[in-house]
Amino acid sequence: MRRGETLLGLLGAAALVAAALLAPWLKFILTVALAKGIAVIGILLLLRAGQVSFGHALYVAMGAYTVAFLAPAMPDAAVLLPAGAAIATLTGLLIGLFVSRYREIFFGMLNLALSMVVYSLLEKLYDLTKGTDGIRVELPRFFGMALDRPGFEWAMFATALVLALGAGAFARLYLDSPMGQALSAIKTRETRLEFMGISARRVLLAAYVISALLGGVAGAIIGMTTRHVTPLLAYWTASGELVFIAILGGAGSVLGPFLGAVTFELVRIYAGAAVADAWQMILGGVLLAVILFAPGGLWGMIAGLLRRRAGAAS
Amino acid sequence: MAEWFGDNSGLLGLALLDGLASAGLIFLVAVGLNLVFGVLRIINVAHGSLYAIGAYAAASVGIVFASMGLPAWASLPALVVAAALVGGILGPLIERLVLRRIYGQEEVLQLLVTFALFMILEDVQKLIWGVQPVQHDQAMRLLGTYDVPFAGDVVPFTAYQLFVLPGVALVVLVGLAWFLRRTLTGRVIVAVTTDREAATAMGIDARRVFLLTFTFGAMLAALGGALSSPTGAIVPGIGAQTIVLSFAVVATAGLGQTEGAALTALMIGLGRSIAVYFEPELEVVVPYIIMVAVLLVRPQGLFGSTVARRI
Amino acid sequence: MPPTDMSRRDLLAGAAGLTAGGLLMAGSDADAQPQRPAELKIGITTFLSGPASVFGVPGRQAAEMMVDEFNQRGGIGGVRVRALFVDEAPGTEHLVGEFRRLVQSEGVHVMFASISSGSCLACTPLSRDLQKTTVLWDCATQRIFEEGPQPFAFRTQGFATPEVLAPLLYLLKTKPEFRTMAVINQDYAWGRDSWEMWRTGMEALKPGVRIVAELFPRLGAPDFTTEITRLLAARPDVIFSGHWGGDLVTLARQAAERRLFERSTFVLPVAEASLPILGRTFPAGHVIGTRGDHWNNHPRPKDPARLRALNEAYRARFNEPVIYPVHHMVQAFNALKAAYEKAIAAKGGGWPNDMELAAAFRGLTFDSPTATITLREDGQGLEDQIVGVSTHAEGTPYAIPKDMVIFPAAMVSTPVGMKSVDWLKTLKPDILAQVPAAISG
Repeated sequence: MRRGETLLGLLGAAALVAAALLAPWLKFILTVALAKGIAVIGILLLLRAGQVSFGHALYVAMGAYTVAFLAPAMPDAAVLLPAGAAIATLTGLLIGLFVSRYREIFFGMLNLALSMVVYSLLEKLYDLTKGTDGIRVELPRFFGMALDRPGFEWAMFATALVLALGAGAFARLYLDSPMGQALSAIKTRETRLEFMGISARRVLLAAYVISALLGGVAGAIIGMTTRHVTPLLAYWTASGELVFIAILGGAGSVLGPFLGAVTFELVRIYAGAAVADAWQMILGGVLLAVILFAPGGLWGMIAGLLRRRAGAAS
Repeated sequence: MAEWFGDNSGLLGLALLDGLASAGLIFLVAVGLNLVFGVLRIINVAHGSLYAIGAYAAASVGIVFASMGLPAWASLPALVVAAALVGGILGPLIERLVLRRIYGQEEVLQLLVTFALFMILEDVQKLIWGVQPVQHDQAMRLLGTYDVPFAGDVVPFTAYQLFVLPGVALVVLVGLAWFLRRTLTGRVIVAVTTDREAATAMGIDARRVFLLTFTFGAMLAALGGALSSPTGAIVPGIGAQTIVLSFAVVATAGLGQTEGAALTALMIGLGRSIAVYFEPELEVVVPYIIMVAVLLVRPQGLFGSTVARRI
Repeated sequence: MPPTDMSRRDLLAGAAGLTAGGLLMAGSDADAQPQRPAELKIGITTFLSGPASVFGVPGRQAAEMMVDEFNQRGGIGGVRVRALFVDEAPGTEHLVGEFRRLVQSEGVHVMFASISSGSCLACTPLSRDLQKTTVLWDCATQRIFEEGPQPFAFRTQGFATPEVLAPLLYLLKTKPEFRTMAVINQDYAWGRDSWEMWRTGMEALKPGVRIVAELFPRLGAPDFTTEITRLLAARPDVIFSGHWGGDLVTLARQAAERRLFERSTFVLPVAEASLPILGRTFPAGHVIGTRGDHWNNHPRPKDPARLRALNEAYRARFNEPVIYPVHHMVQAFNALKAAYEKAIAAKGGGWPNDMELAAAFRGLTFDSPTATITLREDGQGLEDQIVGVSTHAEGTPYAIPKDMVIFPAAMVSTPVGMKSVDWLKTLKPDILAQVPAAISG
């Protein structure tokens, strides 16, 4: 399965490049989808510990707003991307020290509450953030190169793809490592972990900080791709969307988040184009169907097919 | 400090009255959510949709009642009728068709199922009631205003907000406490909330309890919406905003805690109205500050008991 | 997996090539000499869900009506018109994706962008990048044309500054005696901006007014009980509120029930759209505006028959009265038709490319049912503003304005190249002498 995952990942990446080449408008959508996939990898790590954060859009917004605030002073993606990730990581560490003491609903709701505080502040501090109007991001340079718009969009697409592959590979290694194993233990029997002398809180904190970092990376990419950031990035429905994508893609594989994100964006766009009035209903219906009939998500369906094939071959 | 209170005591008094009215509504919505969570262990995101549909339905029932030529006082029972209809129809429907299939599944799946329902119901509301604000304020106008003296003058409050909203909240609070402690069904619900495994082992039909609780919770959500409808306009999106606040109340209160929900709603209602008087920019973050502050001191929530750790 | 690596490298090389090609194409696309298309596609972004759909859906309905009307009369330049709608509600990141899809995949010929100022601010740079003429059909933010030139964006209606200044001048002219005031605005860009403009203008024209409360409840708040109590306790002479939609309905009903309307004079620049639903709950004697000049009881419309026909056709088809977003959409369609006709005439009957269409929009003059609107050299439309005081007239079940003043757009609009707040600071009280007389009745 592991080799299959790598192979499928690379195949998927190639398919995305091909799609972006064929349709210029898709390149933009796919960049955003890849970025969201990166953020959802973070959700996946927390899910491994049985914890659902309903506030991770906070870190995406952190990354995006860092880009927006820093872009006038340091207009280079090579600076903005790490800066967005760093700010989100720091915030994640600070919040993580607090929320890693909590589990289940308290964990989920505290994350939700903190993201709503940030959302409210982004709206409230009008002089600083331009409120709901949001902040426009001018075209930054890319590692010193002053690219034109299409060039920069390709650069962002490539960056998102490389980072997505990196994040996927990292998550795979992390989940297989003792730290990852300990995460699963939090979900099943936390106290046993403590008996072994491992601090469950630290294990969760580590995963939380990584998830904040990934959220920040995603936010920075989204900020530089859409080039306009608004407080809606931190609203609770945006956090819900990330969890939605995790489940849609399937929590069983590091490919799930990307499968989920691409599917989510495409379904939303095609539903919006077909029935602009009721796209929410269609998305909701898809989610409902996946949970009721394919709880393993899209990855679960693919893995099932592959297993059956393998079974037939042997 | 004492001087400040002396100077502002009149304003604080007004803020107290405002806070009570809004606390009543917050409590009604949150207590249903809390009850459902306590028993089913599902955070029902669609609770906000039930609130919105309750509000829309109350306006519709009110308009129908008025067009049937019923007297003006009928607008008050119309609110309750609408809430009972919405909760009584949608509650069992959602529980039977959707929730029942995912009991025992992972928490995240249960949460997302209700998120999916929320998305679907958002559009359903639009299809039924359109996007223009819907309003029917007969119940508020019926009761008129009540003049509260202030600084040698009066400040008129609507009697509806001053008396009906906190009154209904109080009735629900006391009624619920009585129901949960004194009736058999109530005690069964408490038993399932406290220890589901032990309760089912003792022969309690958990499914029936789930259905009952969810329907009741749905009715409370719809009642909150229905009671809010006479004072405001109902527009798309009100459900999304209501639910976040209710989440904060539930987590602050402690799981399944009715009294905790009441106290939290009171703190949030008063905190917000005092903020509007003295530091309006803080108003929106008050509920979350209260929540974080409470959970820092009491990680199980105000009234939550320490959960036995699984080994 | 060497083969995959190879193919990916090839693909990347191809990508680089295509990028270069795309660059050349982008340059030549807008200048290319197009054939007359089979249909003229208009991409329209509007709110189809959420609280702002109270404006968005009437806007879409108006667009559907205009499409049918145009097509019955042979379309624009002999080409049938088709509208494609996109929901603004899911947020900027989705909207800019949809904008690209409409332009690059659906191949729309023109975009009509957005009710929300945030959406417009996100779409205008895109119009420049994609070189696609974009009509800002409803958003009001003054920032669009004050923060830099917009080669492809045009606004076919007024903007925030005249929509705030006109009611201010009206108040100063008709009820100049007030000493204290308060504001209750929705907590977002329009709420904050409109108050800053009002306060700046007021300080220039009538210094010394005491501000007793500044309330910014969140957008879409379900209840204003506390805010109203505070306003009742503070007793301001005048209350300014930019509220709209459900928020305004809630505010007005609670204010009416608790007699706040009797204590203070309200100034409501966006009142018109909510008046029908408020019915007689909305009292007489308050200053009301409509984000333009298109009151249904406009005292001297340019084309009374057309205004009446629009009102009747819209009501017949959708069973709702016309409100201002309908007019703004109608204006956008009329402007589009005028621009295409101008461009086709300039080209001797040929179909214009994107550059030529944008050129036709600059300085364009077109008729709305109520007036003639001119687009300035920066792309901003000059739409007159009508402000009046609410009254209950026989035959109308809701409040309508009387004693209306028609403010000529140029008088109340920030001059080209200036920022609104800077300009408002320079106002002198003699501007009040230029205010036209109220049209009684």
